[in-house]
Amino acid sequence: MPRTPSAVAGTVLVALMVVLAVIGPPLWGDEAARIDATAVLQGGSAAHPFGTDNLGRDLLARVLVAARYSLLLALAAALIGGVAGIVLGALPSVLPRRGARFVTGMVNALVAFPGLLLAMFTAVVTGLGARGAVLGIGAAIAPGFARLTQTLAASVAGADYVAAARMLGVPRHRVLARHVLPNIAEPLILNLAMALGGALLGLSGMSFLGLGVQPPDYDWGRLLFDGFGRIYVNPEVALGPAAAVALAGIGFNLLGDALAKGAARRPAHRPDGAAPPAAPAPDEAEVQPDAVLDVRGLTVSFPGGVTPVRGVSLSVGPGEIVGLVGESGSGKSLTAAAVGGLVPYPGAVSHTALRLSGEEAATLTQKELGTSLAMVFQDPMASLNPALRVGGQLAEVAQVHQGATRAEARRRAVDRLGHVHLPEPEKQAGRHPHQLSGGMRQRAVIAMGLMGTPKLIIADEPTTALDVTVQRQILRLLREVTEETRAGVLFISHDIAVVGELCDRVVVMYAGRVVEELPVERLAEGAAHPYTRALLGSLPDMDTDRSRPLASIPGRQPAPGDVGDGCAFAPRCPLAGERCESSRPPLARVGAGHLVACWEAS
Amino acid sequence: MRIDNLTVRFGGFTAVDSVSLDVPEGHIVGLVGESGSGKSSLARAVCGLVPHTGLVSGASRPQMVFQDPYASLDPRMKIGESVAEGLRGLRGAARDAEVARLLGLVSLPAELAGRYPRELSGGQRQRVAIARALGARPDLLVADEITSALDVSVQGAVLNLVRSLRDELGVTILFISHNLAVVRYVCDEVAVLHHGRLVEHGPTEDVIGAPAHDYTRALIEAVPRVPRP
Amino acid sequence: MRLPRPVLRRLVRFAVSLVVLVVASFAMIHLIPGDPVRAALGPAAPVELVEARRAALGLDQPLPAQLGSYVKGLLSGDLGTSFLTSEPVTDVIAARLPNTLALALVATLVALLVAVPLGMAAAVRTENGRNRGTEAAFGTVTGAAVAVPEFLYAIALVAVFAIGLDLLPPAGKAGPETFVLPVLALAVGPAAMISRIARAETLRELGTDYVRLARAKRLPAARLHLRHVLPNTLTATLTMGGLLLSGLITGSVLVEYVFAWPGLGLKIVEAITQKDYPVAQGVILVYGAIVLVVNLAVDVVLGMLDPTSAVKES
Repeated sequence: MPRTPSAVAGTVLVALMVVLAVIGPPLWGDEAARIDATAVLQGGSAAHPFGTDNLGRDLLARVLVAARYSLLLALAAALIGGVAGIVLGALPSVLPRRGARFVTGMVNALVAFPGLLLAMFTAVVTGLGARGAVLGIGAAIAPGFARLTQTLAASVAGADYVAAARMLGVPRHRVLARHVLPNIAEPLILNLAMALGGALLGLSGMSFLGLGVQPPDYDWGRLLFDGFGRIYVNPEVALGPAAAVALAGIGFNLLGDALAKGAARRPAHRPDGAAPPAAPAPDEAEVQPDAVLDVRGLTVSFPGGVTPVRGVSLSVGPGEIVGLVGESGSGKSLTAAAVGGLVPYPGAVSHTALRLSGEEAATLTQKELGTSLAMVFQDPMASLNPALRVGGQLAEVAQVHQGATRAEARRRAVDRLGHVHLPEPEKQAGRHPHQLSGGMRQRAVIAMGLMGTPKLIIADEPTTALDVTVQRQILRLLREVTEETRAGVLFISHDIAVVGELCDRVVVMYAGRVVEELPVERLAEGAAHPYTRALLGSLPDMDTDRSRPLASIPGRQPAPGDVGDGCAFAPRCPLAGERCESSRPPLARVGAGHLVACWEAS
Repeated sequence: MRIDNLTVRFGGFTAVDSVSLDVPEGHIVGLVGESGSGKSSLARAVCGLVPHTGLVSGASRPQMVFQDPYASLDPRMKIGESVAEGLRGLRGAARDAEVARLLGLVSLPAELAGRYPRELSGGQRQRVAIARALGARPDLLVADEITSALDVSVQGAVLNLVRSLRDELGVTILFISHNLAVVRYVCDEVAVLHHGRLVEHGPTEDVIGAPAHDYTRALIEAVPRVPRP
Repeated sequence: MRLPRPVLRRLVRFAVSLVVLVVASFAMIHLIPGDPVRAALGPAAPVELVEARRAALGLDQPLPAQLGSYVKGLLSGDLGTSFLTSEPVTDVIAARLPNTLALALVATLVALLVAVPLGMAAAVRTENGRNRGTEAAFGTVTGAAVAVPEFLYAIALVAVFAIGLDLLPPAGKAGPETFVLPVLALAVGPAAMISRIARAETLRELGTDYVRLARAKRLPAARLHLRHVLPNTLTATLTMGGLLLSGLITGSVLVEYVFAWPGLGLKIVEAITQKDYPVAQGVILVYGAIVLVVNLAVDVVLGMLDPTSAVKES
């Protein structure tokens, strides 16, 4: 559970309520029951801070004593509701089909009605009193619980590990006991804790309306009912029970929130005050005088000394497609985000130079950046706004940055859609993204980049989510667009074969650094870094010798926080020697356009 | 193992349309197709996980290995417990020994039995899933896209493992993948699925070397290649 | 016109819920242990009166016949007559219902108008864990506000603004000024809830690829938030708003009680305490029906707003 102030406040309040429920009646029980005919219906005084009731009993003592009854009733209601709900929710998985449908339908019908309505219904039937109120609030809690149990059980029952257990012949009751119940118990218990707070408020409300606890018994709601009648004369008599109900409600709610957050176990970057490490010295890289992108010593770090990108230098020429390849965690996507200026907070980006077409990116206006830089992301389902028409999403670049009128912008959007070979561009512009196939959407995203005059296109795994035949079309389109616009492309991919097929130059990243950079013609035969070679050898292509085993790399890539001083690949490398463990090899030139960071590569 | 006229329908949608396929014992048959081709539905039908019509014969104890290694192990069960789930009538030391043997088959150290899935990498989890399936002594292993959620550097090792299961243990495998290059490398035979129908089936060399169907040709065309001088 | 399938399914669900509601409200009187008429009239009432009441209610007939005449009565707008005042229940409800609806609608509107901008602003300010102080304050304040029940707000507002400061009327319904306190009491909790949801939804949207892409297009912040983020957060926010509206309608029972607001809520509390079963039965039926209609309306509106569902059907 997170140690936020609200979590602490919630814990303290709930603990206080529980302690009060235990010690309240023995400590103040006598005082709360002592009738004093001389002090009837008094307002607040030193002797009776919250005043006295119509029999002269001290109201402060009564509030303190009422904690036990209020909490016990709430507990009873929450348990009744929780148990009934869990049973109702679990029934459909045991009952025959028709019975299951009936129960599910009933739960769905009941869930629609607010709790108070169900509680009042029960109160009518059972008559006024604590029993009716508890049953009513329990009935109000049950449908929600039933629905929750159903949803949770269904999601677990659909899990692959349950399918696996079924195939292994594990009997149904064992699947329920071993897989389903343990995985739904935690959220159910959590919700029961939260229902307790809700039950307390609901019961207080019922008693406050005079429908719940009846004299001579009293809970906080009943005390409030009595106090409310006198509010015009002595407002303070309502204060005690009102404060008690409010604090209990707040306490349970804050605690429930905190528990739920703790259960979700959100991994979050926690700033712990550590200063980001100094930018490592930039490596050498191919420099082109007319490069559309030239970045030196690019470093991205997160609080806590985590540095996923370390001193990367890259350049992309006009009309050139540069492939940035690496496994997940290599820092390739963050490199792309940093070049595009899209690193999320709290990531910090530093570099010795970041130039777009020769100009420092920092000096460019939003308009210049918005029209000269285009981006394409991995999931075409997610990169278009589902609420807006395709044409409008394209047109807004022209409207915002180029001062085009709506009609002009729209004409241009249709023209660009045609340009990326979308059939019937006029019609597609008027559609919503979900009406387009994955491949068509990715074309639309590329067309969006062409609305301006792109100098650099950053494509982050643009074909990974697509089928191979569609992938091929998108790769062709990228090639075509590059040749036509002379824009440079930074193409990020985990698939070295795709990079090999599309790109002119290949940059291989490992653990946040560039380990090799080479022209694509040399990739198949001339790769020098052992990691590049292992990558090529571990994935079969259509020419792989089927009689020999594939290369495999033992171990795994170090996490960005665990990169040491030496070569990050050394622990997995067959060639690694002593020097590799202790000092990091610089990126050094080994041939025309070919740079390698390895002590042992020849 | 034989599949006869297998059809899978979801409501009005026919995911698999009367497919017939032979999987010879001790062979790896690859099933290749794009998203929506029905290959995963076919796999689940063979394992009895989705309702279907048609006949599946000769696979009385099929086992399946799933695509997502993060979803296929119960997060609340230790690795050893997961692997032991399919072991009938073994208790105590005999059971532990069998778990250790199964982990050994997939080149994992026996100590892993005491760990939870969250402590393992994706490649290790996929090996555990294979070990669990082997524990049931399956007459057919269905591998559904078992490498597509893995990092490139561990894919090779898992593919090597699949081949060694056939070579050393004689396991019959139905290997499902969208990646034709992977299927070509691993499988003895290839079956091509398109919109729920089987469009081509034959020995790997024949299907890849001389594809008979246009769709197969398009698939082969589309496989990206690193240029070789 | 053929109705699209999801709409049809939704209508069927509505119809089923309505049937459940009608049967439940009919059954209510029969579930009361003992003789409801005797219970209502008290032990002192003469036997003839009890018998006459029983006959008037049709309680002396077999159950199926009773259900039949109950449903027939419903269809012709006859909900029986009050035990206490002998007024037709329909008249009682017709006089009270508009007051309750006015209160609930104004409160819902106020809650939405305050909460959605508040939640969005909080999301933008606290994105990716920046401004942790704001985030903690927002979470704690809204968390506490959600947790305090509406009747406590109502009592506090009466004590401070009506009794303490004497600024606003403490009870009753007359001019617009009488709306202020009840609406506030009803709206605070839902507003806090909606603003939390709006913040969570906005944060989710801000993390999507299309917002990243919109940022890459260097759109101005206002355009980004209003055009790209807002429409996508509305679905969830309005769903919740709709659910809250039905909760609000019954939550108004307590607020009406505090402010002596002449609505259905006040009436049902009276009816239950005084065992005026026909009125209680009628009001619960109306409350339930309102809830069902509101939920149906929310679903229909959402269906029209959401391009995904609208087109899939056609």
